[in-house]
Amino acid sequence: MHELSIAQSILDIVRQSVPEKELPDVRIVKLQVGDLAGVVPDSLEFSFTVLTTDTPLRNAKLQIDHVPFVILCNACEKTFTNEVGFVLCPTCGGADTKILSGLELQVVEIELEDIKAEAP
Amino acid sequence: MSVVTIHRKVLEKNDEIARRNRERFSQRGAFVINLVSSPGSGKTSVLERTLEFFEGKVKLAVIEGDVQTDLDAQRIARYHVPVVQIVTNGGCHLEAKLVEDALTNLDLNGVKLLLIENVGNLVCPSNYDLGEAMKVVVASTAEGDDKPLKYPGMFLHASALIINKIDLLPYVNCSLDVLKGNALKINPALMVFEMSCTTNAGVPEWCRWLEEHLSG
Repeated sequence: MHELSIAQSILDIVRQSVPEKELPDVRIVKLQVGDLAGVVPDSLEFSFTVLTTDTPLRNAKLQIDHVPFVILCNACEKTFTNEVGFVLCPTCGGADTKILSGLELQVVEIELEDIKAEAP
Repeated sequence: MSVVTIHRKVLEKNDEIARRNRERFSQRGAFVINLVSSPGSGKTSVLERTLEFFEGKVKLAVIEGDVQTDLDAQRIARYHVPVVQIVTNGGCHLEAKLVEDALTNLDLNGVKLLLIENVGNLVCPSNYDLGEAMKVVVASTAEGDDKPLKYPGMFLHASALIINKIDLLPYVNCSLDVLKGNALKINPALMVFEMSCTTNAGVPEWCRWLEEHLSG
């Protein structure tokens, strides 16, 4: 259950990226989470809610974009995806492969409600 | 809506401290192993056999991570090597900062090999770089041969796999070939050691492999 400490790290990044007075305007924090990143999305969302309730970031919600685990086989010059983290090529069985994605764990975007735009 | 685009790694702070740790280790000429496994697979026993092998030959130090108690540090202290216990008080893994703090209480002078025993957990520790040269995962035969498939992250990030408790093979439902095959499907580059800390089988091979990585 390391999602709580990951949620804390996400909040630290948001606080460093948005001026303090605009924190209540944060609506969405967009994350990329690889399928093999070892993070449980539900636990992460729960932890995020626990840590933001009654804080200036109370209006913020996590939006998690899942990134599939993809390998490239250098011999077959083809990409393959699987959910279990196999890096052997499913066609030729070779180990000359490269992981293209699926290990991501990053904050990519923060969306704020634009208060000024709504003013008459 | 206005959008701030940032693209920052969630664990960048941990990675930054890990980088500092790594620099410090390399300045001191210490090779560092981060030993990970589920609870009870025998990490501490592997450490004990390793300490016995290198006794009088190479100076070692140990950092122990546990949720509670310093029982493991007490076991290690019998081998008269510098040892520090990190108690995470509920934390399910070690982080780079905990290791950095532990280093203030650990004399690395002359230490060629630092063994860090992570908290017993096959999920969380795989995310956290501590500054080690490599992660080594221990899986015991008693846990069954499907562990790599259930916890791929850990096997993916490891450089070596110790299959421990091979003396129990006649009594447990585990095929060595299947266990090895599953691990190599996740990570074909894994060095695999078959070990029993009871009979000492595989210990010399593992230690000689470690020895190859130590600075002169």
